[in-house]
Amino acid sequence: MPEVRITVDGDLVTDEVEARLLLVHFLRSNANKLGTVVGCDTSSCGACTVLLNGRSVKSCSILAVQADGNSVTTIQGLAGEEWHPVQEAFKECHGLQCGYCTPGMVMSTVDLLSENPNPTEEEIRDGLHGNLCRCTGYHNIVKSVQHAAELMKGGSK
Amino acid sequence: MIPSTFDYVRVNSVDAAVAALRAGGEDAKVITGGQSLLPLLRMRLAAPSILVDCSDIDEMQGVTDNGDSVTIGAATTHWAVMHNDLVKAHVPLLAKATATVADPQIRHRGTFGGALAHGDSAGDLPSVVLALDASMVIAGPDGRRTVSAKDFFVDYFTTAVGADEVLVSITIPKLGAGWGTHYEKFNRTAQGWAIVGVAAAVKVEGGKIVDARIGLTNCAPVPVRASSVEAALTGTSASAAEIDAACASAAAGTHATTDLGADKEYREHLMRVLTSRAVAVAAGV
Ligand SMILES: Cc1cc2nc3c(=O)[nH]c(=O)nc-3n(C[C@H](O)[C@H](O)[C@H](O)COP(=O)(O)OP(=O)(O)OC[C@H]3O[C@@H](n4cnc5c(N)ncnc54)[C@H](O)[C@@H]3O)c2cc1C
Ligand code: FES
Ligand code: FES
Repeated sequence: MPEVRITVDGDLVTDEVEARLLLVHFLRSNANKLGTVVGCDTSSCGACTVLLNGRSVKSCSILAVQADGNSVTTIQGLAGEEWHPVQEAFKECHGLQCGYCTPGMVMSTVDLLSENPNPTEEEIRDGLHGNLCRCTGYHNIVKSVQHAAELMKGGSK
Repeated sequence: MIPSTFDYVRVNSVDAAVAALRAGGEDAKVITGGQSLLPLLRMRLAAPSILVDCSDIDEMQGVTDNGDSVTIGAATTHWAVMHNDLVKAHVPLLAKATATVADPQIRHRGTFGGALAHGDSAGDLPSVVLALDASMVIAGPDGRRTVSAKDFFVDYFTTAVGADEVLVSITIPKLGAGWGTHYEKFNRTAQGWAIVGVAAAVKVEGGKIVDARIGLTNCAPVPVRASSVEAALTGTSASAAEIDAACASAAAGTHATTDLGADKEYREHLMRVLTSRAVAVAAGV
């Protein structure tokens, strides 16, 4: 079996894996990152979104072997001493109900704001196009992203 | 859902990819972004013996300027294509259409060449390369050959790329002064896939359309040119009424199907309406 070396939330995780192992299962089973969840398992919902070398990807749609030698950030790698401003904003604006889509929403928002720190509402909706939420109707999610953009203008991260 | 077992090799040259495909036999498959392949593997609609990962081959990355054309490496991601300055300046139609493909996560992984080699009739980029008269370089055991876009798409999910071949790059002629372009797409909100899409490039001189190229997405097993509209547009004035009249024949020569997204009649209606809109925007009307 191939050996993969993937940096997950700053720590190097090395393991022998089957080539067919999906990155999301590597993260959950081999790296113990249970914050990253599987929603649809059909590449549609974005609940499994993580950052691969800083860019958002659906971890159910990548093989662990494809990520070999690269660096992954999961929802569990965002906060330091304090919440990441995007997490803070989702909490503040109540950008969730059941919370299942939230890890993916937050990771996509981190990516969106890194590329476009001042998105319009339309740009937010377009930027989160790959993330589905069955609960909120998106209204508070959009508000959360706007609030996160405000918080991040403080230059914190 | 868990894919069936397969071997995996990451190669760093086109020659090594072709050799690995050959050694792997009929069931060896190229993977670049995996954004079409992974869903198929998980549903076990594909069961390759070995995946040959071509996403790390330098020659298949990036965009180069050839003077009158640009060449795009097949493994360049959608995200890199739509943000590339050469593409934005010289092939804006591709940048606009790519921005409508799927969602940010899939655009970060999925590749231009993968989207073409997959040959999905609902894919947005095949009609763009067809409208722009692009050509593709394909490498195989017998060396390299160049195939024009009109010969590249063969049938549903079937292209000119053979089982032991690799799509290396795509060359797209620049359009030059006077041309305007637009990609118009109609899709359901939750799904990026086009019910119908229209790639339009028109050249306007002195208020008249002097040349037009229209590619249609999801109107047949392969992307098609709306040739009768192209002919009807040439010589007309760039006005909303004349453009609309010229686009009445947009469904001629298409083979639209009925599926959950739309029936054939509705698709044909969309072809006329969307072609007219795409041409009007491209012509600056
Ligand atoms: C949820 C979702 C929504 C989508 N929405 C859209 C949309 O709106 N519009 C759209 O156009 N597309 C859409 N796509 C498809 C997406 O654009 C393609 O999945 C992707 O771009 C294909 O490229 P890839 O690099 O991921 O190919 P892969 O998945 O790696 O490969 C696809 C196929 O092409 C072959 N292949 C790949 N690269 C090469 C090569 N260089 N040479 C030879 N063969 C090769 C593979 O063997 C495989 O058969 C969507 C996909 C998903 C999952
Ligand atoms: S679980 Fe990955 S997109 Fe839904
Ligand atoms: S909060 Fe329940 S799916 Fe989004």
